[in-house]
Amino acid sequence: MIKYLIEKEFKQISRNPFLPRLIMFYPLVVLLIFPWAATYEIRNINLCVVDNDHTTYSQQLTEKAVSSGYFKLTAFEPTYQQAMQQIESKRANVILEIPPHFERDLINRQSANVLIASNAVNGTVGGLSSEYMADIVTDFSSQIRHEWQQTGKEPPSVPTIEVVSQNRFNPFLNYKLFMIPAMMVLVLTIMTGFLPALNIVSEKEAGTMEQINVTPVPKFTFIFSKLLSYWLIGFFVISVSFLVAWIVYGFVPAGHLSTMYAFAGIYILAVSGMGLVISNYSDTMQQALFVIFFFMIVLILLSGLFTPVNSMPGWAQWVAAFNPLKYFIQVMRSVYMKGSGFVDLIPQFLALVGFAAFFNLWAVISYRKSN
Amino acid sequence: MSQNNELKADSNCQLSIVNYQLSSVNCQLQLPTVNCKSISKAYGSVQALKEVSIDVEAGELYGLIGPDGAGKTTLFRILTTLILADKGTSTVGGFDVVKDYKKIRSSVGYMPGRFSLYQDLTVEENLTFFANVFGTTIEENYDLIKDIYQQIEPFKTRRAGALSGGMKQKLALSCALIHKPTVLFLDEPTTGVDPVSRKEFWGMLRNLKEQGITILVSTPYMDEASLCDRIALITNGQILKVDTPQNIVSQFDNILWGVRGNNMHKLLTDLRLHPSVESCFSFGDTLHVMLNNNALTTTALTTWLSGKGHQDVTIFPIEPNVEDCFMELTKQ
Repeated sequence: MIKYLIEKEFKQISRNPFLPRLIMFYPLVVLLIFPWAATYEIRNINLCVVDNDHTTYSQQLTEKAVSSGYFKLTAFEPTYQQAMQQIESKRANVILEIPPHFERDLINRQSANVLIASNAVNGTVGGLSSEYMADIVTDFSSQIRHEWQQTGKEPPSVPTIEVVSQNRFNPFLNYKLFMIPAMMVLVLTIMTGFLPALNIVSEKEAGTMEQINVTPVPKFTFIFSKLLSYWLIGFFVISVSFLVAWIVYGFVPAGHLSTMYAFAGIYILAVSGMGLVISNYSDTMQQALFVIFFFMIVLILLSGLFTPVNSMPGWAQWVAAFNPLKYFIQVMRSVYMKGSGFVDLIPQFLALVGFAAFFNLWAVISYRKSN
Repeated sequence: MSQNNELKADSNCQLSIVNYQLSSVNCQLQLPTVNCKSISKAYGSVQALKEVSIDVEAGELYGLIGPDGAGKTTLFRILTTLILADKGTSTVGGFDVVKDYKKIRSSVGYMPGRFSLYQDLTVEENLTFFANVFGTTIEENYDLIKDIYQQIEPFKTRRAGALSGGMKQKLALSCALIHKPTVLFLDEPTTGVDPVSRKEFWGMLRNLKEQGITILVSTPYMDEASLCDRIALITNGQILKVDTPQNIVSQFDNILWGVRGNNMHKLLTDLRLHPSVESCFSFGDTLHVMLNNNALTTTALTTWLSGKGHQDVTIFPIEPNVEDCFMELTKQ
């Protein structure tokens, strides 16, 4: 019997003017566009320079800032006040003020001050751009010291400590490598959690559910046939995602594909349970959509997809602890980047199994009640 | 499964015999195909059904006649095991609606008031799907649906959602019949259907009845009542009367006149003021006037009306129909 139900489900999905396209293009769009757009690397920062020194060194510093690729020189202003006007009119984000006697101080006292001011209306952009600028200035000073050593101009009076940082698991701090596994989670959540929920509610709304209930098809078989159809779609979609990551970005998971498929299986159970709960409490597609919309935003923001959960305030971390997305994103990232195996992921495994049990139990109980 | 059925039927027979011996009222050896005993159902504070009891005999075309909100759909949903009654017991085809709901679901056909097939599947796919879930095939029961399905077969590759109202109804009926049900529940099948299709539909029901299918049909249209073998008049969740349409009409013992005039609205209000007029309702282009005594003559009424300023009034005696009886019963 279930064979006929699944056959019917796929026929309906293929007839839908929207769903097949969503299933095909959504993962592609998410994986091809989002990793480029959702990035913390900030480039093309508008820079305004106030050079009060007009010497070789001050020009070298300006050139170095511009040639770094992060900054775009938009203006030279004679005074700090005028430079501020540039920021106020949003023509510049960062001011680099080089004080008078910059070169002289640097040579005579071996140290000189520069002022970096950045527009911090957007905290991230402001913080990062002044950090980039500070890096450039530090780099510049060590470069000068190196030059002096070579020319024997000045022996190094101060011993310097150079910090060499090594980025493990993502040596080039490639932001895409960090985002892509998480994007796959997002796609899977929508395909296997929310689409079947909407499908069930639509059958309720159309009255076909009632017609089916007066046939020998048991209710659970009917709903299971829907879930199974979307689970198949979910596994198809995630396989496509792995392929896209490999073909387009050249990312191959460091760990085993089987680990990811196994976790995907548990995660699918958990989110489709969540979808079922929503469908039990909704009578119309509109209601269900609003509920999904609300939860989707909360789940994404508190999942660690964009901002790390560890840097959230305590209460938000508590809420995030009840977010299945968080655990599966952790799994996908660590398998993809660190090559974690099942043993390393036991806490996440237990959490996801717990969610699957909790949501499905709730779904069964609320289903019994509403019927 | 079939063995089970036989066993069940057997025990029913024994039960009936006991009834027969004890009460000597029920002369039949079989329980009625559909049997409701004092069914009550409330939705919150709204009492949808109050102590409703009906019996539908095997092979009967039974009409549940009542206005919107009378409780017809609720009763159908209880009998088709979709909802549970608060009180009372019912059996369909000898099976209890609570305990044996699975057996009922595989042996009855249900056509809800709203078109509830898959709009995005074609005519043929819908029919095949419902045949499959009932564990049968179109070919197996084709003779039963042949007359109905043949009319929509030219459109079998069309999606159900794109069919006209009459064709949708034929498809829904075909799907409800595809597993050769013993009882067919039709909830307001003719609501929103044009008069020609309605007539055609009732013709199909008579044919099905001849093939031995018990049919329980609900309708708000009183004119369809006379096409049933027996009818139950229902309003506000209560059964007013159960009888054959002929008996219900013949039990109407008041004198009934039809009245037509130029100013129908004023005529209606004026007639209600006449002391000999028990009630007056508008039926299409005619007012049905029920008298409370037989002393009044048509000429006397004409004179009385012309005194009120009504000219060209025609008054003629009419035969009561089911609607007149319904109006009379609701008043009581």
